[in-house]
This record gives sequence, structure tokens and C-alpha cells, in this order.
Amino acid sequence: MSDLERIAVFGGVYNNHLSLQAVLADARQQGAQRIYCLGDVGGFGPHPDRSVPILIEQDVLTMQGNYDDSIGNRLDDCQCGYTDPRDNHFAQISYNYTLAHTSDPHKDWLRDLPAGFRLEFAGQRLLFAHGSPRRVNEFLWESTTPEPFIRRLLRDFDADLIAVTHTGIHWQRRLADAPGRGLVNVGAIGRPANDGRTDVWYALLTASDPSRSSSAPSPTTTHASPPRCARRACPRSSSRPSSPAGGPPASRSCPPASGHDLATDPAPAPLSDIRALNVC
Amino acid sequence: MTRSLDLLELAARPAPGQQAPPTLPFVGLDTLWLQVTGTVCNIACTHCFITCGPKNLSHPFMELAHVRALLADARDLGVKEYYFTGGEPFLHPDIFTFIEETLAQGPLNILTNGILIDDAVAARLGALFAAGPYTLDLRVSLDGTSPKENDPIRGKGTFDKILAGGEQLLKHGINPVWTVTTVLAESGDAEGFARFKAILAERGFDRPRLKFIPPFKIGREERRGGGYGEHDLLVEGDLFEGEEHALQCGSCRMVTAKGVYPCPILIEVPAARMGDQLADALIPIKLDHPACTTCHVEGFSCRT
Repeated sequence: MSDLERIAVFGGVYNNHLSLQAVLADARQQGAQRIYCLGDVGGFGPHPDRSVPILIEQDVLTMQGNYDDSIGNRLDDCQCGYTDPRDNHFAQISYNYTLAHTSDPHKDWLRDLPAGFRLEFAGQRLLFAHGSPRRVNEFLWESTTPEPFIRRLLRDFDADLIAVTHTGIHWQRRLADAPGRGLVNVGAIGRPANDGRTDVWYALLTASDPSRSSSAPSPTTTHASPPRCARRACPRSSSRPSSPAGGPPASRSCPPASGHDLATDPAPAPLSDIRALNVC
Repeated sequence: MTRSLDLLELAARPAPGQQAPPTLPFVGLDTLWLQVTGTVCNIACTHCFITCGPKNLSHPFMELAHVRALLADARDLGVKEYYFTGGEPFLHPDIFTFIEETLAQGPLNILTNGILIDDAVAARLGALFAAGPYTLDLRVSLDGTSPKENDPIRGKGTFDKILAGGEQLLKHGINPVWTVTTVLAESGDAEGFARFKAILAERGFDRPRLKFIPPFKIGREERRGGGYGEHDLLVEGDLFEGEEHALQCGSCRMVTAKGVYPCPILIEVPAARMGDQLADALIPIKLDHPACTTCHVEGFSCRT
């Protein structure tokens, strides 16, 4: 474990095998030694059976999201937790399609996935969950997840950093008095973040080596800076990333490169230091 | 034969009031409600379950020092979201201090009848909404799609005033949640939903947000539409697995100037008072009031 310096964390594949391949290639290129998927392999995209083999073949450590639990256990709905009937209407169409077009071996694989991951990384206790550590379909939005609540989750679940995906919208919030601790929502790689762009998001967590970056002292230890995120990836394939149900097809155009790898950024990194590298 | 045995079993079963109520586990304080103006309101709706009105001082206004102490407690407890209600919250002279200090530490929902929201109030709310890191939601109560439907319930002339308040909010960047109590049963069906959408669209709400609330048969609503019956009590075994996550009282508490209560509905029930401090109330509760049946049966949550 001590040799582990960079890991990639993503979620929300939503049957988008093209984006999955692009993200995995990008993560490897960025030096990710281990890759985690926080669940929701299925949904929305037209080819439900194409993503599971990729996850298996590329040794992606995959956990179970609400969608995977539903498909794996052949349930009647996705357990997405929507409150708007229109959301449920479109989600049900997508769910029925995915359930009907997922093979039994893949359903069984999804059914048997673990519910979360814990690991020590850069001297910190990382906890990966789908929605939140306490509920698989809890929505943790940036504007409704205050710092005191994050402190409570970290305390209750014995973690320094929690990573989740369920909402599919990326953000992170660090504790004001301990920037190495906090919560990151890694976003989703199967659909854009509803921001008018075609990018998808995932997180790269990097244990910075002080000898590589003299300007990166850790706020908590002299040997490692806090894990940080995030990266943005856009599928290289000619196929377009899937768009939200009922929405127009996403444009293929990607904005120019607009950021850089956070591993060499000074620490402690404030929230606004979430930056992106566009790989299109 | 089976049917006869079932009937015999039923006959032998004690009445609901003689059976133990279910106990709801407490999963942690996610939601803190503050009854900032107590039971004081500028109108007196016929369905109000806590009989609020201009002269009801049963629960007085909350003091600024009390609210600040609660916010400090809530920060330590890791509260996720806040709700202000009354009465009418915008009657409180310190309401904007409450709002600013609450929004500094978490998302806030304010339940209002909208009548006091003029251009200046809406502009100030809009500025706070735009500047803060957390969500500010306004829930505006409206009980019909015309003065003829709404005004007999909420008071003469209120339909137009409520909509005017909502329009001010929209003008300043806040799309409110229109809250409809289904006193008129058809309000909550598909046709009723479409009618609300239509009248709101006429006023510029092209993405209307609507929440429908079942009437609670206590307070003034008991006199209007009748109260609960003996059969409206929950008993052990009625709750489904994990219902503490669905029922608001599994993760919320309501604080008024008079103490802490399990939820916003039961503040006029003396037996429901849990203590003076939040710390007194972070425990499982017995669902022994008939109003609990409404939340259980309707799958209702006071959350936005």
C-alpha cells in the first residue's frame, strides 16, 4: 500500500462503455495505479452488456450502486430515490430497458458487488460509498451538504475523506480547519454534468511526494498532501456520450484544455482548486 | 373456515388505543425545524393544524439568543438542513438575522404564506440566495387555483397577495415551492396538478415547483373537516422496515420558544413536548398520536 501514489475514482457509467474506455485510458495515462468504480454501471445508454466486461478485464475495483443492486437482484425499479414524478417516469423507461438487456451472468456479477471500499492512502482513511456511507441512494449535493454534516459523516464512519457519486454532479468540500479531510463527489462518467458541456468527470487522488513538489507541504503530515481531485475526460471515440433521458444528443465538441494536474498544486488546496484536464 | 377464524381473531384483538404504539428509531439530527414566530400569523387558515392566527400566542416568537444557541448546537451535531416556519416567519423583526446566520452553516427552507414578501424583501432574499454556498428555498402556501377556491380557506383577498409574493421572489431569482394542502381533494390529482401548473405558467413560472400536503385533522382543521377516529392509531408492527428514514421524525426535531418537539405537526400536543434542549430529544419516539397515521399512510414528509 505504501507504494500506491495515485488512484482514480469514478462512478455513474450508465451503460456508456465508450466513455468508460476513454476514462480508463486517461486514468492509466495519468499514472493511476488502481482504479475504483463507485457503482451505477447500468442505465440510460443503449448497450447494457458492454460495460461489465470492460470493468472485469481492466481490473477495476467496482462497488454496488443502487442501480446495480436493482439490476442484480431483478427488482422492479432502480431505487434512484427521485422525488419528482417526471424523473421517475423517464428513469423507469430506462430501467426496464436495462433490466431486459442485461445478461444473467452480468446481473449476478452486479448482485455480488461489495457495498463500499475502505483503504489507507497517503496516511488517510478513505471511504468510498455510492450515495453516502449511510444510504446507497442519499443525494449529496454541494448546496445541501454543509460542512458540519460532513464532519458528522467523517466522525460516524471513521474516515478522513469520503468519496461518493450518486448525484452524478462533481464537487468537493474540505474542512476549514483540516483541508486534508472532507468529502468529494466524483461526478459521473456516463453523462455530462448538466452544465452545457460534454465533459464527464472523475477524481484522481494523488499522494504527493515532497521531493517532487517543494511547494506542496501537507497540512497534516510532512510526507503526504491530502488526496485531491478531479479530472475531466471526454471520450475520444467518434460516438457521442449519452445525453440525459429525453434530452438532445450531446455535442461532440470539447472545450480546449483548461487546467492541469493537481498533484503539483500547492497544498492545502481550497475548494476552488478543483481543476480539469481536458483530454479530447 | 379460514375467514371465520380471521374474524374471531379480529374480535379478540384489542382496540388500537389499547395496543402499544410503534417505536421509531432516531437516526440522527439531519433536519432542524425552528418555529420562529410560534403560532402567530397574519392570517388564520381554516385548515391550520396548530390554529395559528394574529391572536394566538400559544407559542411566542423565538428570541435571537435562543436561535443562536440552537445553531451552535446544530453545528456540533452535524445538522444537514434547516427549516423556518410559524405562524408567518416574516412577521419576526429579526428574521433576516436568523436567515443570514443559518445560511452561513447550511441550507435553509422557509415556509411562508408569501403575503409579506414585497419587492424589498424578495430582493434581499434573492441576494442571499445568489451569494451563499447553500440552498435557500421558499415554500409559499397556496390552496387553490382561483380566489374562489383559495380565499375561503386562507382568507379574503389572499389568492392575489400570495401570487404577488411568489412573483416577487421569481423576479429576484428564487423559484419558490408552491405548497398546496389538499383540502380540496382534487387539488392533488393529475388534473389539479395541471391546473396549478397552468395558472403559474400564466404568471411566468415556466418550471413550477409544487408540493402537496394532506390535511392533518387537528387544530382548526379538526373543526373544519372532522378529527381522527379511534382506528387512526398506529400499533406495533405497522411500520415497514427502514421507515425511520422515510418519516421526517426519524431524523428531525422541531424547536419552539416553549421547547423541543418531535415534528412540526405536534407542537400543540402537550404530551409531545420532549424537553428544553435539543440534547433531551435525540432519542426514539413512540408514534402514539393519530396524526402519525397520516404521515405513515400517505408516505408524507414535511421536507421540501
